[in-house]
Amino acid sequence: MTDQTQARIGDLVNGSDVLLFMKGSPLFPQCGFSSRAVAILQHLGVEFDSVDVLQDQEVRQGIKQFSDWPTIPQLYVKGEFVGGSDIMMEMYESGELKGLLADKGVAHTA
Amino acid sequence: MPMAAEDIETLIREGIPDATVEITDLAGDGDHYAARVTAESFRGKSRLQQQRAVYAALGERMGGVLHALQLTTAVPQE
Repeated sequence: MTDQTQARIGDLVNGSDVLLFMKGSPLFPQCGFSSRAVAILQHLGVEFDSVDVLQDQEVRQGIKQFSDWPTIPQLYVKGEFVGGSDIMMEMYESGELKGLLADKGVAHTA
Repeated sequence: MPMAAEDIETLIREGIPDATVEITDLAGDGDHYAARVTAESFRGKSRLQQQRAVYAALGERMGGVLHALQLTTAVPQE
């Protein structure tokens, strides 16, 4: 991965309170795992930005190295890597995800 | 080329020797799996660290030949 891609991903991650790297868009997810991640964030009523890695091969490969995580989707909250869809689901079910958003001062309605 | 469930289990157990691995073929197509990995060595580690250990055991395959793996990690219950 180029340093340029690394820096661009860093800017993306730091430019949003809640950022989801996913396949497709929230309206049209292109993968079951991404779809699940979107559903969780929508259930929590949290505003989030998304990056469609299918539209950007550099980010698609680069994010795996950036996060040291081999799969998509990937959730970042306030610049911190939270995990993929399985971790999101476990944290959603246990209430930890809501707690994390509250701790980080991110508005959510549910 | 999809992976066989036994190969996934073998790789995880090679990487995490104390792991108990349960693989479920979700769609019956040899391509969409769920894995539940339980290991004493996970104790005291965060979910991220636990899942990274599993991903490390699977190496380059994860996100490649093995694209759909639903992963749950846990420590053994008393």
